[in-house]
Amino acid sequence: MQGFRLLSPAVTARRLIGILLAINALLLGVGAVIVPSSAREQGKGVHVGLVFDIGGKNDKSFNEAAWRGLMRAQAELGVETRFIEPTEGSDRESALRTLATKKFDLIIGVGFIFGPDLERLARQFPDVKFAGIDYSPSEGVGTLPNLAGLRFREHEGSFLVGAIAGLVTRTKVVGFVGGMKIPLIHKFEVGYAAGVHRVCPACRVVAAYAGTEPKAFADPSLGQELAAAQYGQGADIIFHASGKTGDGVFAAARQRGARAIGVDSDQFDAAPCCVVTSMVKRVDVAVVDIVKDVIAGKFRGGIHELGLAEHGVGFVADERNRSMLPIDVVEKVNALAEQIIAGKIRVPSE
Amino acid sequence: MTARPAPGGAAPGPDPLWVRLPQAFRIPFSGMRREIATAVIGLLASIAIGSVLMLIAGKAPGQVWWAMLSGTVSDPSLLGQALYKATGLALTGLAVALALDAGLFNIGAEGQLTAGVVVCALVGTALPAATPAAIAVPVCLIAAAAAGALIGSVIGVMKAARGAHEVITSFMLNAIVSGLALFLGNRVMFRNGTTTGAPIAPGAELPHLGIGGSSANASILVAVLAVAVVWWLRARSTWGRTWRAVGQSPDAARTTGTSIGKVQVLVMIGSGALAGLAAANFVMGNKHAFEEGLGRGTGFTGVAVALLGRMHPVGVVIAALLLGFLSSGGVAVSDVVPKELVEMLPGVVVLAVAAAVPLVRRMEAA
Repeated sequence: MQGFRLLSPAVTARRLIGILLAINALLLGVGAVIVPSSAREQGKGVHVGLVFDIGGKNDKSFNEAAWRGLMRAQAELGVETRFIEPTEGSDRESALRTLATKKFDLIIGVGFIFGPDLERLARQFPDVKFAGIDYSPSEGVGTLPNLAGLRFREHEGSFLVGAIAGLVTRTKVVGFVGGMKIPLIHKFEVGYAAGVHRVCPACRVVAAYAGTEPKAFADPSLGQELAAAQYGQGADIIFHASGKTGDGVFAAARQRGARAIGVDSDQFDAAPCCVVTSMVKRVDVAVVDIVKDVIAGKFRGGIHELGLAEHGVGFVADERNRSMLPIDVVEKVNALAEQIIAGKIRVPSE
Repeated sequence: MTARPAPGGAAPGPDPLWVRLPQAFRIPFSGMRREIATAVIGLLASIAIGSVLMLIAGKAPGQVWWAMLSGTVSDPSLLGQALYKATGLALTGLAVALALDAGLFNIGAEGQLTAGVVVCALVGTALPAATPAAIAVPVCLIAAAAAGALIGSVIGVMKAARGAHEVITSFMLNAIVSGLALFLGNRVMFRNGTTTGAPIAPGAELPHLGIGGSSANASILVAVLAVAVVWWLRARSTWGRTWRAVGQSPDAARTTGTSIGKVQVLVMIGSGALAGLAAANFVMGNKHAFEEGLGRGTGFTGVAVALLGRMHPVGVVIAALLLGFLSSGGVAVSDVVPKELVEMLPGVVVLAVAAAVPLVRRMEAA
């Protein structure tokens, strides 16, 4: 303690306070000089606010897709946008409320967790329109005229990647790794299995879930164990619907040179050796569509489902994954997609 | 600037009364001044570090601080939200401060709060729906405090009986309690596919204050009462004198016949109870149900509140309001600065105050 002196003994507490005040003034001054003023002006036109889930706008997945949608709405539709990234759960509601009191026309909550908050606010602010990604009504809450639930027919997209898995498998065994065991994720498994069996009735689907709590979406080491077990059982391709847990699935695939299928957004970059395709959930399309509805005065409350016909779900086929996903497979799967859109194939969801 | 006898000088005899008497008045005054100086220096240093971080993020700090201030003050819902957060932080801050006063670094307020949240919600849902508020509110408050106190007592007993370091035990208990809460949530509380439990009995609900529709609620009275009680105990009662004596010098306290272990256990029970009481703010006052992650972080930020408040109940209240305001202001500037930056600030406060303590003490001595 005695050997190290940060400040000379002449510096008293009073002087130190003075020095710190001067440093702060200097920092504020420097900031004002080197960073150009970027005052936000309230423009005219439609105002769209968006509140992210805890993951935040750079989560490389769901929230980021919503962010892209918001930016596209800003660029293409000319709306005024504002977003809030809550730092904790209790900020979700206050973030929504802050936007609602500022007379925003449309406020979007990203994620099923916003459900009860959106319902409360939609009742309190009947003049403001709200939309929730993956929203489903709570018990005893009916349809609210100013609250739209934007949901996806994930089972349709999962059906298509299931068909891909069924077409490219050599072992006739394919895997599925889910995150939290809830109906939302079960839909992925059911659609996937139906797709596999459609093109390969003899194929076997092995499925596993990472758990029953939210952490199941953020447990890569468990994901790796589950995937390794499925590859060990003879599966040569695994589809995951498990958020960050899927990183472990990709790690297992890389280790064995086996194949995997990504989810939500194009996950090719996670393992360029192994990601055959990804089942994409176009949250950005949902955001842009609902903004268009508001501009056109066609907004309506209740559940909006986006499936293949609405371009809400799909799979990735581009030059990057061409070597793993031959063109004839893509053609066969696109033909199946046509049949789903035409209503000739009904994809089960439970 | 207390005069000290020069080392190696003649053994000092007892000072005459006319020297001792003024000193008796001076010491608490200069002590108070030192604490205020420490807090101000810590705070100014935190603002400076925060400003540097903003510059690194490419934002003008003046603009961000101003947006934070004006955006929160002009928005009643954010202002109320700041009060809501301050209510929880005052209680967890008080919990950490009480333990620190007795020389125990309880960083387990997070776990004690979580235990309070779970038990408060369990008891609240178990009560019949027709229970009157006069019964339901005290029952839930006692349940929350008792749950926190139980966790706190484990830390106190392990410290007193086995000498287990309270930082280690309280930190480990945080992990255990949060795992237990999730387990209970999944087994008995969460309703189909959600992470929210059943609502508590209506009688146990504390009303919202109606500040811009924010979450601020009547549990603020619980916090005010807790602050008053701790202030009185600390400043006016024999108990307060005893626990502060143990905190300043356990050896000296032992020679006067104080049972150190007993004080440590009692203080940890009190500290845990205060942290557990914060559940009133989250469960009874706001969500009226158990929810995954409810109140998360309030226990950890309570450490920053206690340090910045210099362990004094009034200081704790001021620090809680300040950090509550900061957290709520983070929402106002959310599309200007990355949220990670705002999340760093309580940690910066802890570091800055911790660095300021020895600095100011040495200045005093010089």
